[in-house]
Amino acid sequence: MARLKLKAAFLVSAIAMLATAGQAEDRFGIGREATPAEIAGWNIDIGRDGSNLPPGNGSVERGRTVFSEQCAACHGDSGQGGVGDRLVGGQGTLASPKPIRTVGSYWPYAPTLFDYIRRAMPQNAPQSLSNQDVYAVSAYILSLNGFVPANAVLDAKSLAAIKMPNRDGFVSDPRPDVHNH
Amino acid sequence: MSEHTTDKRVREASRRRFLQAGAALAGGSAISGVAGSTALAEQGNNLPPNVPEWMKAPGDPMGSQPYGTPSVHEKAVVKNISKTLPQYISASGRTPLQELDGIITPNGLFYERHHGGVPTIDPAEHRLVLHGMVDRPLVFTMEDIRRFPSQSRIHFLECSGNPVYTKPYGKTASDLVGLLSCAEWTGVPLKTVLDEAGLQAGAKWIVAEGADAAALTRSIPIEKCLDDAMLVYSQNGERLRPQQGYPLRLLLPGFEGNMNVKWLRRLKVVAEPAYSREETSKYTDPMPDGTSREFTFYMEAKSIITRPSGGQKLTTQGFHEITGIAWSGHGKIKSVEVSLDEGKNWQQAELQEPVLTRALTRFRLPWHWDGKPAVIQSRAIDETGYVQPTLAELVKVRGLNSFYHNNAIWPWRIDANGEVTNGQA
Repeated sequence: MARLKLKAAFLVSAIAMLATAGQAEDRFGIGREATPAEIAGWNIDIGRDGSNLPPGNGSVERGRTVFSEQCAACHGDSGQGGVGDRLVGGQGTLASPKPIRTVGSYWPYAPTLFDYIRRAMPQNAPQSLSNQDVYAVSAYILSLNGFVPANAVLDAKSLAAIKMPNRDGFVSDPRPDVHNH
Repeated sequence: MSEHTTDKRVREASRRRFLQAGAALAGGSAISGVAGSTALAEQGNNLPPNVPEWMKAPGDPMGSQPYGTPSVHEKAVVKNISKTLPQYISASGRTPLQELDGIITPNGLFYERHHGGVPTIDPAEHRLVLHGMVDRPLVFTMEDIRRFPSQSRIHFLECSGNPVYTKPYGKTASDLVGLLSCAEWTGVPLKTVLDEAGLQAGAKWIVAEGADAAALTRSIPIEKCLDDAMLVYSQNGERLRPQQGYPLRLLLPGFEGNMNVKWLRRLKVVAEPAYSREETSKYTDPMPDGTSREFTFYMEAKSIITRPSGGQKLTTQGFHEITGIAWSGHGKIKSVEVSLDEGKNWQQAELQEPVLTRALTRFRLPWHWDGKPAVIQSRAIDETGYVQPTLAELVKVRGLNSFYHNNAIWPWRIDANGEVTNGQA
């Protein structure tokens, strides 16, 4: 009985789909056009290649100050040892029995730092840092990991140019990979 | 009668029953340790041949509970939330699976995982923006979303880390796989909404973003978006709970929980994934060789016995029903097998109809416990023919640090006293 009902439901939906396909241009007319300004305000995701990074720049030096004010309480003064995620070190440990996953050892793309810090950090006041300060904190974390010098100033182009050590460390999903014998 | 009076009356009744039940507990119920009221009174004023006190006066009047809550005797059935988390803003709470029957999780007990706390969103001020590789970038109000033709479907949701591979393993079914729930979801197929904007050639992914303090972001392959993905506004008949994404969430049946973005505010149609923090540094699966698997979307077939299960106790020999739940992100459950002898022999459990795609399926097996120690476990087989593996088989391939997508068979050990404990611990 349940199967019959399902079949009937499937037929109905198939007919509905055909009808829709027959009049592809017939839209419901629901919703209104999003304005460029509306989109620009919310379109905050940054590509792994740095696309959509905003203008501006930030220095490691400025980043040290912002980090100590906004981040160190959870992440520790040197990017480790707090309740927040460890941000530095761990390189060379991923294949060991105790892998340490940090920005330095694990994150494949540097622009993702900008994306994540801007959208979600600091945890008590996300989206409160200026773009300049997000660049600066990104630069500081990268300098803690030894990827940029202490006098570095990062902008969209130089942030995207950094090659993270684990960039090629990811593989696609091979499952089903385990078989019950 | 005021709520205060009601509470007082219930408390007094409970106290009396507790005192009366005192000596009569052992052997009173077949199974104990479940959080609900299973401690049976053997004698007392409310038992036959006496007339129970709750028949001798009217009960609570209409309106004493404008939004109903469970019986005061079920107060212990709550979400399983660790008391020792480092912080509670990005955290999870588990469904008490061993206390539930059927396949639908009550909304108040649905598991929670959030990355920036639970926002309080005014639906009048909530918007969904759909942009990127579309002919017409659109913005929708919640009223707009609800105007589209709707659908209701029953699907499970499961967190990808449920459980991790390393010890200490949990004591109860909830400790182990309580980041799992199942509901009837109502909303609009995502495809319908995408058609409204018109997908452009080359559209391969959609970046979904939440309106929470984490602005949680995941990239969804376009195939899934055009298949069974939904924009959901109701759960089990009522509007989504705040913890589940009120007023709007994405539902991707069979995909790991975090991709089902809650508090959905933005969909951006793109040619390649965002490679967001969540999909690179968090929800990726580390392997023993140092590589990590990315975009591990599907939750593979899995099952667990919820009764009898860890933390419970069989108090009598004789008949017991073994029951549990099975599910697969790849479709329907084809069968569930149960072993009563440490995995040597397996027998077919009965599946409760309806058996739905990407939904929990309840299974049962009648059992006669002879009072001897036993190890019981279940394994699910889904419609693709995939068989739920053992933990040893999983660990052999993935090591102990893989963290996510552990769908191992989980045995329960029953000792001669009837105590049920984790068979892997």
